[in-house]
Amino acid sequence: PLRRYASPGIALARSAEEPSATTEDGGESHRHGGGFQMVQWEWSYVQTPYIIAIWILVASVAKILFHFSQRFTTVVPESCMLILLGLVLGGIVLLTSKKQLYQLEPGLFFLFLLPTIVGDAGYFMPARLFFDNLGAILLYAVVGTLWNAFCTGFCLYGVKLLGVIDQKVQAGLMEFLLFGALISAVDPVAVLAVFEEVHVNETLFIIVFGESLLNDAVTVVLYKVYMSFVEVGPENVQTADYFKGVASFLIVSIGGTMVGLIFAALLAFITRFTKKVRIIEPLLVFLMVYLAYLTAELFSLSAILSMTFCGIGCNKYVEANISQKSRTTVKYTMKTLASIAETIIFIFLGISAVDKSKWAWDTGLISCTLIFIFVFRALGVVMQTWVLNWFRLVPLDKIDQVVMSYGGLRGAVAFALVVLLDAERVPAKDYFVATTIIVVFFTVMFQGLTIKPLVNWLKVPRATNRKPTINEEIHERAFDHCLTAVEDIAGLNGYHHWRDKWEQFDKNYLSKLLLRKSVYRKSELWEVYQKINIRDAISVIDQGGNVLTSARLSLPSMASRASFPEVTNVTNYLRENGSGVCLDLQVIDNVPGAKVEEESETHHFLAGNLYKPRRRYQSHYSRHFMTVGDHERQDREIFQRNMKSRMETFKTTRHKRHSHKKDRSQKKAGIPKRNDWISCGGASGVEDEKGEHLEPEKEEDVGITFVARKVPDTPKERPKSGVSEPSMAPPSPTCSERNLPWKGGIGTLPVCVSMEATKIIPIDLQQAWNQSISSLESLASPPGPVEPLHPASAPLQAGRAEEGALSDQEQELQPLMSSSVRPPGPPPPPPLAQGLGRRRNPCVYLRSLVTAPPPGSEPLARSRGPTQL
Amino acid sequence: MGSTNSTLSKIPNVEELMQETGFTPAHIVRLYDRFEALDKEKTGHLRPQDFGAINRLAMNPIGDRIIGAFFSPGQETVDFHSFVRILAHFRPADKKRPKDPSMPEPVNSRTSKLKFAFQLYDQDKDGKISRAELLQVLRSMLEMQVTEEQLESIADRTIQEADLDKDDAISFEEFRKSLEKVNIDHKMSIRFLR
Repeated sequence: PLRRYASPGIALARSAEEPSATTEDGGESHRHGGGFQMVQWEWSYVQTPYIIAIWILVASVAKILFHFSQRFTTVVPESCMLILLGLVLGGIVLLTSKKQLYQLEPGLFFLFLLPTIVGDAGYFMPARLFFDNLGAILLYAVVGTLWNAFCTGFCLYGVKLLGVIDQKVQAGLMEFLLFGALISAVDPVAVLAVFEEVHVNETLFIIVFGESLLNDAVTVVLYKVYMSFVEVGPENVQTADYFKGVASFLIVSIGGTMVGLIFAALLAFITRFTKKVRIIEPLLVFLMVYLAYLTAELFSLSAILSMTFCGIGCNKYVEANISQKSRTTVKYTMKTLASIAETIIFIFLGISAVDKSKWAWDTGLISCTLIFIFVFRALGVVMQTWVLNWFRLVPLDKIDQVVMSYGGLRGAVAFALVVLLDAERVPAKDYFVATTIIVVFFTVMFQGLTIKPLVNWLKVPRATNRKPTINEEIHERAFDHCLTAVEDIAGLNGYHHWRDKWEQFDKNYLSKLLLRKSVYRKSELWEVYQKINIRDAISVIDQGGNVLTSARLSLPSMASRASFPEVTNVTNYLRENGSGVCLDLQVIDNVPGAKVEEESETHHFLAGNLYKPRRRYQSHYSRHFMTVGDHERQDREIFQRNMKSRMETFKTTRHKRHSHKKDRSQKKAGIPKRNDWISCGGASGVEDEKGEHLEPEKEEDVGITFVARKVPDTPKERPKSGVSEPSMAPPSPTCSERNLPWKGGIGTLPVCVSMEATKIIPIDLQQAWNQSISSLESLASPPGPVEPLHPASAPLQAGRAEEGALSDQEQELQPLMSSSVRPPGPPPPPPLAQGLGRRRNPCVYLRSLVTAPPPGSEPLARSRGPTQL
Repeated sequence: MGSTNSTLSKIPNVEELMQETGFTPAHIVRLYDRFEALDKEKTGHLRPQDFGAINRLAMNPIGDRIIGAFFSPGQETVDFHSFVRILAHFRPADKKRPKDPSMPEPVNSRTSKLKFAFQLYDQDKDGKISRAELLQVLRSMLEMQVTEEQLESIADRTIQEADLDKDDAISFEEFRKSLEKVNIDHKMSIRFLR
């Protein structure tokens, strides 16, 4: 579009150019000082990137500083603070160099800053929500923006005729309409910045935000049309030109959308084939999304629309195609870029305001503009909502309308557009610029500051930052089908009817084309299930980390001790735990004061049998591959298993469809153990201090290390082991149990596990343990033969410890994990007892809960795997 | 308007029906037309086959369950009144109508919406969604995309999550609890044309 006059290169360089003039002299003299110089001052060489980097640094530091004060940031939106900071910085620059060197360059803004924000917004747009409200969004974006633009333009012109606006403002109807067009569009950057902190409910947010994105087409066209009208002069405008304007709107909006969707399809298609080069996946995402923006610019279509739809369109397929790590990378990089771009935009808005040359103040124009945009926004919202509510399932009530009117923030897009105006053609440009700055500041700062109290006061329903449970996921899917069916029965070709049609189309054609074969077969619900599991696991780990570091070990374990003096019921505990996930991280070995020699002996035993953690992993370096394949999968697998979480490995899902049960039984298995431990610990009351020795938290991604500790070997414990034993060798093993990887076709391995389980329990608590186990046991069939115990193994203790740095204190921490724990690729034996496992009765189910191998057991067992294999 | 009235007059007890379901005359007429269209043999009753004739319904994974929901146990047919009453479950809750404690709970209340959904799962009508029942629904919704093991683990987890009294099944109370945070009125309503 026309607005993007400034060429990017110049724009980028310009901010850098001018300061160079002041600093150059020093550099020049140094360089040409004669002779060879050890150190040279190469400012001119690095200045452009250097200044950019410095600005980004300033922006980041500013962000950090603002968030020092929690109370402050909850009251004042970050955008306000950034603008204020910009004002201060601008003042400093102005004082030092007598001239404003920096401003928000439209080229820089439209080509670099805006796309990062829009790209982020589009890619992470909640698609379902967006399309559920698409009608409302489109109405507000198109009709609302047109209404705002025309009304503001005409009324300003009327006010001018009335003499409220000073005669110095040389502008006719066309100029005012032009100004109205650029000032009327709700700005995505400002809306995002302000609404993200307000947390209004998602419907409200998506409507306002969606509007701010989709109105770009209207703004572009209006701006373009009026610019050309201003150029040729209003008297030369022919009727045909108006129709051309309408046609141009259709082309710009639909064309932009099409470009976006084409790029989305391309991107999704390309990511089908990146299996071997995972490392470039994130780059591809960025490139294609950005290219969608640039291509739309190239054809002067609506770039924001293009990018938004590219993001929305590709998200589903791309997320499914690329690896988990790429997904994380894309997410964080996008968020980082968007956040920094936003920061820079606001700072530069502030700086741009401090510029004598720009200020052409006209009180009449400014106050009228402020009033008009506010009044017409409110009027427009009320009228459109009235129409809309006839068609909406969930009508927008008065409070929503207030927030929507009040949330009509103007921002950097308007500013960049007004700066792009040609001062020769639009004599009143300076007035418009000043007015725009005031409007932007007023909406972002005043409205941004007051919208939070307003929302509180109106009791606008807030967004619940809650992830859906698996129940909700399933039932909502069922609801969707249900509604589709009912629409079909009732003969209404309503929203659900069409959505269902689209989904059929997507499933039958699009997904086949755009998704990897391996991914296509996976069900979405299954993905969701896995995600929920992973999320649970991570959250529990986080909690576990806190528990471990908190001095008194006072967290969930405490509570559960109090509430479950005798744990007899697994599900009971599950419920207590919310989602029913239970990781063993919080479990601390309760047995005090084992002998040091014994410990070191154990240590050596373990060290000898276990893999050295991550040795190969660390030395592995490649620019082209990031520990793909085995490493990644093994890490993941170890991670999960050790967690006893419900996470499913890549491996399991990918290579062996049959082994899913394995993980499941594990998860279940993990639960009772900890439960019992905790209860035991509570009874013995000896524990606690130990917890402090565990290493503090570390990154989530890193695997878990186990802490081994020798317990006085009490013969008494042996019999007990039988109690937990049956789990490992039940009379009718479920297929999952057969499939457990560490069993690897050998039936005798569980030895260590059972031993582990019992040893951890202090002797005085054996009774309780016994009871709790047997109570569960009684539900299940009689235990199988007891495996002999491995004499030397020691109870293991799960904890999150740093990879390398392990405390060498009383208890030795032994990281048991490594990326290479598993022998490369022994595929698990085919499920032998699949039929058996398929329909397990509740007893067996409960039992499998009991049979959980304790946290440390698997690595131990697994470590022996290779030797036996 | 004339046609509306003439159609309405064909329906017995139409006032009562509107009162009960909250549908407007326009809705009733529209639904009546639809009913007649489905009722190919003009018997005044719909049989399961009539529903089966709806093409798109055959593609719906839980279509047969929905059809089943229209027939009360033991009945082979459904008349217009029951037809409308079932559909009334999906009317959005009206905020304007004042809450009248004396009135029986409207058919489009949250509870009755949930009850409707619940009985789609609970095919044997024992008031509980058993693991097997859940698995059936999951199987039909997920079609061939997942393995049996995956289905089972999803079902297990689902029951585990919702099951409060650990009977390995989801009762209606538990079902309601698990959907506590969901805006049922949004998710189980259809915008009938006004």
